[in-house]
Amino acid sequence: MNFSKSFRNTFLVILLSLIVSACATKKTVTKIEGQMQGDVYTGTDTVKYLADGVPDRVFFATNESILTTKSRDTLRKQANWLRENSSINVVVEGHADERGTREYNLALGERRANAAKDYLITYGISADRISVISYGKERPVDSGSNPLSWSKNRRSVTVKAN
Amino acid sequence: MIRIINLFFIIFYLLSAKAYSLIEIDITRGNLDPLPIAVSPLFQDDNSKKNSINELKIENIGSEISLVVENNLKISGLFNPLSKEAFLQKPDIAHLKPRFEDWALIKAQALITGKVTIEDKKLKVEFRLWDILAGREMMALAFTTVPSNWRRVGHIISDKVYERLTGEKGYFDTRIIYVSEEGPKTARVKKLAIMDQDGFNTKYLTLGNELVLTPRFNPTSQMVTYLSYFKNLPRVYLLDIETGTQEVVGDFPGMTFAPRFSPDGKKIIMSFAKDGNSDIYTMDLENRIVERITNHPSIDTSPSYSPDNRFITFNSDRSGYQQIYVMKSDGSNVKRISFGKGLYGTPVWSPRGDLIAFTKLHKGKFYIGVMRTDGSGERLLTENYYQEAPSWSPNGRVLIFYRETKSNDKGEGFSAKLWSIDLTGYNERQVQTETDASDPSWSSLLSN
Repeated sequence: MNFSKSFRNTFLVILLSLIVSACATKKTVTKIEGQMQGDVYTGTDTVKYLADGVPDRVFFATNESILTTKSRDTLRKQANWLRENSSINVVVEGHADERGTREYNLALGERRANAAKDYLITYGISADRISVISYGKERPVDSGSNPLSWSKNRRSVTVKAN
Repeated sequence: MIRIINLFFIIFYLLSAKAYSLIEIDITRGNLDPLPIAVSPLFQDDNSKKNSINELKIENIGSEISLVVENNLKISGLFNPLSKEAFLQKPDIAHLKPRFEDWALIKAQALITGKVTIEDKKLKVEFRLWDILAGREMMALAFTTVPSNWRRVGHIISDKVYERLTGEKGYFDTRIIYVSEEGPKTARVKKLAIMDQDGFNTKYLTLGNELVLTPRFNPTSQMVTYLSYFKNLPRVYLLDIETGTQEVVGDFPGMTFAPRFSPDGKKIIMSFAKDGNSDIYTMDLENRIVERITNHPSIDTSPSYSPDNRFITFNSDRSGYQQIYVMKSDGSNVKRISFGKGLYGTPVWSPRGDLIAFTKLHKGKFYIGVMRTDGSGERLLTENYYQEAPSWSPNGRVLIFYRETKSNDKGEGFSAKLWSIDLTGYNERQVQTETDASDPSWSSLLSN
């Protein structure tokens, strides 16, 4: 009885110290990177602008094509800009990072580009103004082999077509 | 312990082989003791030497051909070609009647001899394979071809020797088509390239103006299907290697990719991506009829037929993650076969029909592996930072794939190279290419 109690206490202490150390590691990681949330890139290093305050790209988590809150915000700005410039057509380029097989990544890039396209359509942009192309992992913007570089490469970029 | 037992088994096997004085090589297991073989330079008389210099600008073509054979046998991992410096007999005399005691003295168990003549713009080659321990001829063959084909002569000799000693078809008279890569990662220039299996006779089939990916041979190795971004429209193309004619086959309103021929050469199977969804389609090359094979909101890609055309293995993320599936060739009876930890991609059916090779990603490492067609018996052959896209040798004994190295934060230190490994998991080696390389596809045997 006594033994099991002391055992449980020791166990708790170990568990707690593990949690604390885990938190500590996580904190330093976020501090160093500072530009990622989860594994989605949140920085502006590579971002270009279609117009003042209209970022050209959104970023994705590994193997995902779900739009984050920030991505949806960016795409709403793009939709507004497209509405104001009704003569402009765009190509949405979908990209993946280098940590996946080539063919799957081509499909993944296409899925990401279409996620962005669909969102633009729901904000009233006509589908025939938006074409998509996937480059898979063939056109990285950052050539490093580390989680931050990869997060910059998992992207869809809206480019003026005319 | 198991390893020790295996070792004993192999030693016993070799001893017993010796006792019967029959040379044979077991290629179903890792070969720890490659067969010592002497490849004597092919004899050439003075008149032929003159013609050889005129025709090929090579003085001793007999010696060059023997080097091709020696190199092939060495890279197979099954043979140990002995140093020519130790040879006691001259090539011409050895070819007539070897002194077996002399060759046994340098520990050769097999001997290849031959004779080559160049006359009237024809290259005539004869060669013999000798069993040193039994003291007799095992095989004798002669053939005639154009002089410029001399490397192929070496490959054909290698195939005949391999087949005689292992009981299985060789894979030396074959070619590899691949993507040649140059330039920085962010602006890589890619071209289709083709070379002999041993890295010689490289030819570039595209100029690098547009991105090209994933070339694959048809069964006769005359045609190649691949993905090209010509005019920035990613589409599946067909290329005739001999004539150089190209045509688009996957001109659908979206992206077509991941093409492969059916084993009977009649169809191309590929993925078609539209509106964020990739499914698998086939196109009959004769009547251009397109058939939809899968219809699922997930990504379905990397399809590959079984050698009897009856089944298709492919890659899908319908379970939430990339896994390997098998279905009948009409798209019915879809079954998931990969259940191990991690993600699975690029399944390719072995030409022997019994195995599927794949790429696996688990805990940040990439593996090339094989499993049976029902998913059982998974075996990982090699682990690395990044590698993928295995392609089978025509005899189903060797896999070729590409491997990329990690780059530093500035993007330096990156390379992409071709590698091969035996199905046994042994004999891993880099395949020489003029440039960086990826997406290799192995041809069928060219002489058959």
